[in-house]
Amino acid sequence: MITSVVVAERTGMVASLIRLTGNWDLAEDCVQDAVERALVHWPDKGIPRAPAAWLTTVAKNRAVDVLRRRQTEQAKLQQRAIMEEMGPSDAWHPGSRSDDRLLLIFTCCHPALALEGQVALTLRTVAGLSTAEIARAFLVSESTMSQRLLRTKRKISNAAIPYQVPPDELLAERTGGVLGVLYLIFNAGYGQREDHLAVESLRLARMLVDLLPRDDEARGLLALVTFQMSRRSTRFDAHGDLVPMEEQDRRRWDPTLIAEGHTHLRQAASSGRPPGAYRLQAQIAACHATSETAKATDWGTVVTLYDALLAAQPSSVIALNRAIAVGFRDGYEDGIAALDGLDAEDLAGYYLLPAARADFLRRLGRDDLAQHSYRTALGLAPAGQPEQRLLYRRLTELRPP
Amino acid sequence: MKYMMFVVADPDAAAEAEPSPDDLTIEQWLADVDGRGKRITGDALRPISDATTVRVSRGQVLVTDGPFTESKEWIAGFDILECDNLDEAIAIAAQHPQANGGKLELRPFWTDED
Repeated sequence: MITSVVVAERTGMVASLIRLTGNWDLAEDCVQDAVERALVHWPDKGIPRAPAAWLTTVAKNRAVDVLRRRQTEQAKLQQRAIMEEMGPSDAWHPGSRSDDRLLLIFTCCHPALALEGQVALTLRTVAGLSTAEIARAFLVSESTMSQRLLRTKRKISNAAIPYQVPPDELLAERTGGVLGVLYLIFNAGYGQREDHLAVESLRLARMLVDLLPRDDEARGLLALVTFQMSRRSTRFDAHGDLVPMEEQDRRRWDPTLIAEGHTHLRQAASSGRPPGAYRLQAQIAACHATSETAKATDWGTVVTLYDALLAAQPSSVIALNRAIAVGFRDGYEDGIAALDGLDAEDLAGYYLLPAARADFLRRLGRDDLAQHSYRTALGLAPAGQPEQRLLYRRLTELRPP
Repeated sequence: MKYMMFVVADPDAAAEAEPSPDDLTIEQWLADVDGRGKRITGDALRPISDATTVRVSRGQVLVTDGPFTESKEWIAGFDILECDNLDEAIAIAAQHPQANGGKLELRPFWTDED
């Protein structure tokens, strides 16, 4: 209970303090301080009647204390800004909180910041992960990550990146940038068995939809993440090996998350706009999520959706996925023909191309040729990762030559 | 916030650029930015063929022709902008005729607080 109150309030508190003081470190430290005090006091004295107000008062008082000690002109201005907004009721300015979170998100994902900095700062400040956690997720040292965060925050201040919701003419483009960062966070987590980042991306996508309820692509991204996350408990076996979708136990897919995905797709469709890339990907994920068996998958619809996705966002990886869907719709021979028609130069070095060919050849019983393609795929797949182990398993399952 | 905006010419990009009916002429751009009081000063610079590089090594002044870089890009001009924030400077840069076929680089000035 205490943790859930804190998690729900943290981002808004940090966002408001940044708006009032322009000082990111101060905001994070003071909110952290308030959270720690809550964890000490609440178990004994009980959760206060208005926990959010309690937390924000403690955080703001702390900020005022710190600023008073600094005695610079700037600190005095920041102090005044906090005092003015605190007002007599000791509560946050009503109604401003959700807006502050939105300002924070748009600033963290500003295109003038390096993409890796956008990702790191979003995870640190919006999601509230520790620097050490983010460093672990991206396989860099804590000092490297801490430098990255510092550089990113410095650029915001030195280049005067505004703390604001972008003006209307930039809103769509900047929202696209935010969605790109969330999608990147999702993908960084989803491939791993330890998928903290995917869980965070779900939380962040829900927050964004909450803040931008009329943005159909934000809903599309959220739907995509919910459909993918519904399969979470079936994607890896007890040994930590990847289970292909057709072998997953569909009864264990999370029906609540699937329903949530459908709800957002319906609401996105009510915008009347043609679906963008995230909505289309979510619709593809929905085809899989709603099919009772792998065999019953509506591959015709999947191919049509990939066609639309290719038109919206030409990419050789999407073309590859379309070719795979063609193989399941029309037959594996046709799938191989579709793979042959892809831009091999663009996909050179990408393990999924030989892996897809190997998979079709295996299904056709052409084990010799399959073996050759599996070997090629194995050489290109990320070493030691679940994807590579799955390819190896497939190779060993073929008839011995 | 004060920004130095370098106007960068890029012959390769210029060759591929497609003019758009929305492009402003430099006169229109200047009229807009000066009219709003967003430009402190600015000018065009002569090309690299007229540039001179100066270094000092062990007390010796070394003077050479042209700039140091291998790049085909060159700084064709500059403007000093006074903007509320980076987004305003970005909007002004995006309207500059050189944005299509060249590029603009925005550099904040050091301030007293630094």
